[in-house]
Amino acid sequence: MCLGIPGQVVEISDATRKLGMVDVSGIKREVNLACIVNEDHSLDDCVGDWVLLHVGFAMSRIDEKEAALTMKVLRELGEAQEEIESMRLSGQK
Amino acid sequence: MKYVDEFRDPEKARSLLKEINGLVKQIDFCKKRPIYIMEVCGGHTHSIFRYGLEGMLPKEIELVHGPGCPVCVLPMGRVDDCVALAEMPDTIFTTFGDAMRVPGSKKSLLQAKADGADVRMVYSPLDALQLAKDNPDKKVVFFGLGFETTMPSTAFTILQAKRDKVTNFSLFCNHITIIPTVKAILDSPDMQIDGFLGPGHVSMVIGIRPYDFIADHYKRPLVVAGFEPLDILHSVWMVLKQIAEGRAEIENQYARIVPDEGNDEALEAVAEVFELREFFEWRGLGSIDHSGVRMREAYKEFDAERLFTVPDIKIADPKSCQCGEVLKGVIKPFACKVFGKACTPETPLGALMVSSEGACAAYYQYGDPDRLRELANV
Ligand code: SF4
Repeated sequence: MCLGIPGQVVEISDATRKLGMVDVSGIKREVNLACIVNEDHSLDDCVGDWVLLHVGFAMSRIDEKEAALTMKVLRELGEAQEEIESMRLSGQK
Repeated sequence: MKYVDEFRDPEKARSLLKEINGLVKQIDFCKKRPIYIMEVCGGHTHSIFRYGLEGMLPKEIELVHGPGCPVCVLPMGRVDDCVALAEMPDTIFTTFGDAMRVPGSKKSLLQAKADGADVRMVYSPLDALQLAKDNPDKKVVFFGLGFETTMPSTAFTILQAKRDKVTNFSLFCNHITIIPTVKAILDSPDMQIDGFLGPGHVSMVIGIRPYDFIADHYKRPLVVAGFEPLDILHSVWMVLKQIAEGRAEIENQYARIVPDEGNDEALEAVAEVFELREFFEWRGLGSIDHSGVRMREAYKEFDAERLFTVPDIKIADPKSCQCGEVLKGVIKPFACKVFGKACTPETPLGALMVSSEGACAAYYQYGDPDRLRELANV
């Protein structure tokens, strides 16, 4: 929950609510992009961004290399598996 | 992984360790006592143990595992409050997975669920909000916890609930703030910390300036650190360099994620929805002034504390449990009488045994760093 997990924004799903679909190791889920949108970076600019996700919110933009490195550490810590699992479970209704 | 050879860049790790050893020799007081460096964040604690970093550092350095795991500092009575809310009729109680197993005085949320309460694990507060929309005949309560890292997500969710005019969603707000906590640690008489590794992701939200008082007033260095093993070694090196040179500054090792000024959008949402509480109760650390937030009057229709009767139960930690001393770095986890006996990750007595970010669970899982130090081939 505190370490977050990297993913890539694939599309904007709800522009008024600033929501977008993010791909995290093949799992897709809708996340809130409000924290990475500002005057210099519009919502549409976010598509393709690598981001660090915390509990369903993109909290910062990162580069692809950083995303890969972070994912490696999270896997070694066992946190990535947990995070992806809870993402997958919460996708089910 | 306990060996430098398995690092992303073993050469860099080796040269950092060599320089760390050199710096320690320049620090005079460590002939008399260890150099105490506290990692504030539970994520760092986990990483330090997973990679066996403590065993690689010279024996003059003692890492103190701080209070930065939000699950570990939940008092028992707070878990009882959650159980009471979860057991209200027509209620769906939602929480992050980490909080499910924390023992209350009678039961954990997991046990409450087994007893018939509708407790659901969610990945995001947004999922809890969606549950409220999907179940209009139920009250959906979200248990919000965490430091400034997760606080914005809860704030945005409340803003969203208001915009969407959801009337059956509420927040049991247990968010905590890092700055007053570090200050309480620095003011505590039985503690001696020479420098800090600052939390990476909290700082991504608040920036690095709020730590200035640690350098200015308490004359201690703090280095905001990343989670990768090399990040941590690099940050330890930066703290030691400051100590050796007699400096106390706030430095940012994790600048690739942490902007010095923090995240404006996140801070705005937090300020809109939350205000500081006068004080907040922590497990093991007692009550700390201004260390928690509650919801502002303007959002009272989403505030579980105002909507329902929260019992606000105060329960002293069991006598045998020494979580408080471990949290403050006064004793090592294995010095607690019940460590590994009555208290294990399967049957946790204290919260530090519940989460992999808790110092006790980390020691239990990864063993004693003194032995690790012998094992490390550095
Ligand atoms: S061993 Fe258990 S009771 Fe003792 S300090 Fe650790 S978590 Fe608390």
